[in-house]
Amino acid sequence: MPGSILVITLIIMSMIAYSISYHRSLKIGESLGGIRQLQSIPFYYGMRAVIWCGLPSIALLLLWFIFDDYLINTLILADLPDNVRGDKTVAKNILLSKVRYLADGSLPWSTGDEIYVSVVERFKALQQLSNYMEATVILVVAALGLCWSALAITPTLKARQEVEKFYKGVLFSCAAIAILTTAGILFSVAFEALRFFQSVPIEEFLGGTQWSPQVAIRADQVGSSGSFGFIPLLTGTLLISFIAMVVAVPVGLLSAIYLSEYANAEVRGIVKPTLELLAGIPTVVYGFFAALTVAPWIREVCTVLGLEASSESALSAGLVMGIMIIPFVSSLTDDVIRAVPKSLREGSLGVGATQSETIKQVILPAALPGIVGGMLLAVSRAIGETMIVMMAAGLAANLTINPMESVTTITVQIVTLLVGDQEFDSPKTLAAFALGLALFLITLLLNVIALKVVRKYQEQYD
Amino acid sequence: MINKNEVRQLKIEQSLIKRHRSERRFRRLGLSAILLSTLCIVVLFTDIISKGKGAFKLTYIKLEVNYDAEILGVDPMVHDALEKDGAQPYALANFQGLIKSALRKRFVDVSGRRLRRELYGLVSQGASDDLRRRLIENPLLLNKSETLWLVADDDVDYFYKNSDAGGTVSDRISEHEQDWINDLSQTGEIETRFNAVFFTQGDSREPELAGILGAAVGSFLTMLVTFFLSFPIGVSAALYLEEFAPRNRWTDFIEVNINNLAAVPSIIFGLLGLAVFINFFHLPRSAPLIGGLVLALMTLPTIIISSRAGIKAVPPSIREAAIGIGASPMQVVFHHVLPLAMPTILTGVIIGMAQALGETAPLLMIGMVAFIVDIPTGFLDSATVMPVQIFLWADSAERAFIEKTSAAIMVLMMFLIFMNFLSVILRKRLERRW
Repeated sequence: MPGSILVITLIIMSMIAYSISYHRSLKIGESLGGIRQLQSIPFYYGMRAVIWCGLPSIALLLLWFIFDDYLINTLILADLPDNVRGDKTVAKNILLSKVRYLADGSLPWSTGDEIYVSVVERFKALQQLSNYMEATVILVVAALGLCWSALAITPTLKARQEVEKFYKGVLFSCAAIAILTTAGILFSVAFEALRFFQSVPIEEFLGGTQWSPQVAIRADQVGSSGSFGFIPLLTGTLLISFIAMVVAVPVGLLSAIYLSEYANAEVRGIVKPTLELLAGIPTVVYGFFAALTVAPWIREVCTVLGLEASSESALSAGLVMGIMIIPFVSSLTDDVIRAVPKSLREGSLGVGATQSETIKQVILPAALPGIVGGMLLAVSRAIGETMIVMMAAGLAANLTINPMESVTTITVQIVTLLVGDQEFDSPKTLAAFALGLALFLITLLLNVIALKVVRKYQEQYD
Repeated sequence: MINKNEVRQLKIEQSLIKRHRSERRFRRLGLSAILLSTLCIVVLFTDIISKGKGAFKLTYIKLEVNYDAEILGVDPMVHDALEKDGAQPYALANFQGLIKSALRKRFVDVSGRRLRRELYGLVSQGASDDLRRRLIENPLLLNKSETLWLVADDDVDYFYKNSDAGGTVSDRISEHEQDWINDLSQTGEIETRFNAVFFTQGDSREPELAGILGAAVGSFLTMLVTFFLSFPIGVSAALYLEEFAPRNRWTDFIEVNINNLAAVPSIIFGLLGLAVFINFFHLPRSAPLIGGLVLALMTLPTIIISSRAGIKAVPPSIREAAIGIGASPMQVVFHHVLPLAMPTILTGVIIGMAQALGETAPLLMIGMVAFIVDIPTGFLDSATVMPVQIFLWADSAERAFIEKTSAAIMVLMMFLIFMNFLSVILRKRLERRW
């Protein structure tokens, strides 16, 4: 029985379970003089039945889905006929997928495959057996749950409490997914990064000034090891982020000040959604804009000025990234400025300061920690941005701070190392995870500091 | 004495003038910052619209095609035998030859191999598929003629569309080709029509045959997975944290985690997806299911944070009243708090979905960058999504793809603006102020 039919059957059985328990509890209640006599209302008896009928069977289904292939594979490998086992030319996992494809017909039989006939037959038989067993076991478990939950209904059964406890468990596990995600990121990235550091020493990674991850196919080729120096990527990333911040901070800050201190409700009502629109533009669109409009334009300006600029310059990526970050900076700053208590503002205006003096000498100093926190978040965003630099900044790992030259960033290298064919053992692929770990740690550090600063500041005025 | 006061008065007035001037300067500075950001939007949109508006039209050339069995190389006997073997009908037939002969017939005076090859380049490579489809639909057409409008080549398309406007001479079109095109346009045998191909086809190597339907369907499937995972999980997590969580270290830890995840670069989620879903669980690459899973993890913090804000905004009096008439805490939450908080929650969900719809980087990691012609039909099919399609086209060498890229951006932006608009409406219509 295919999985989808099994799932649909389970859903129908759960509905039946609900209806049976619901009506049974009604009946029991009536025989005692109305549902008032029951501990819970019939809905909860029904839900309890759904949980008992659906939950164990779904859990079993998942377990089966995870371990099914593994079990069949081990059984097949444990009992290979001698003539197949003798075929040392194929690795185990290739053999297994070959058997699998032969069995489902996606690989045609060719000459020399005769030795596999018995294995494929056995594989098919095992698969069928597994399917039958799966369907039977799961349906029996569901049916047992259905019967038991219906029979267990008594006037004193605390159905509501049980169901609510279950709900609460579900809500908690949903909240815990956040922890799981963080742990997943940390473990998966750190694990592969550690494997990378086994082949490339960590000092070389952190201190090297040469980045050329091309690893030769044969070990005896020249330059076979590749060099994995992190420094050019870091300077490239920081250079582009710096250019972006130079654009975004003044513009974002000033627009936030104008919006929160000067603009009337009408202007606010128009400008705020416009800025939100800027924030909602996908980064790939900015990348396209940077690569096809801003970069040629910058090059033209440079030739007029007699400067030399490469077609993929840090400047174009940085400028456009700055535009992208403007709404981010301005909305964060706006929130912080609005959180400054009115009394400070009024006190300053009351002693005769002009509005701009109030802003510069009272509000901004009071809001400074929050603004700094917001800036740090913006920097972390600029460092982690991928598509704009991917499309506009180029791939050459130049160690330079000249914004007219092409530089590359951590994110770009992660993408280029991982897109396309990959082997999971080569240092080239693993290097991407080491870069990912570095990126994660840098942004994490910035975020933690930023959130701490912002939170501390919020408490100050709350 | 009086003199001293006057001097002071004068000084104050002067400084006042100075201060007011600096006040105006500061104000103008703020205004110009806002104008600058608005200007950026205007430039961005006009740039993309001016680049992409041509892509909604496609050039067609009128030709009289004769389904000559001899040119096709179709021997009825062989053909039947092949079809019995399960081969595609007319799999080997030379439909390109039909177009070539039709072009030769239209331009009789063109001779010489090089010129003829240029001539054959007028019509798109993909036009032969159209002919095959027609012949399969109507086998009686064999050895008969009919007049058809065939898709023009991308360079011809570009030239014809832009020659209307300003007569730009393109370097990818030779003078001969220009003459032929002008000849065709004088007799009305070349025209532009609404580009239906762009909205009904998948990707293609030929710009004139490339469409966004495949990517749009991929995006839709991916969003479906993202929505059905992140919405219930996000709301449940927010409910737990706001309504049930005891104030202890664990809850603090979860909170810090969520706030941090909201600021983790999206590409890191791609690495997570690659390491966990593909390498560990061996789920298929390029599938909308995996894309949806990764994007769901990415949007989860956004949804949780906005849901919490919505739940927090429901006044305690509602909860107290419900408890007062005997509701259990769970009933308070599900019968009263959640429905009242729903508008704010949905606003957050729409914004999170819009974010996910425009996301590219994590999907590159899990292999949704493949060149895929077929339109995906299921969650495990190979697929790509709109932003990735934009990225792929933007990388292509053919100039005609710039137009397609801009047009795809316009379509994507339309969806995003619609979603933003929806969230604004929702906020205005349904949100209650307590």
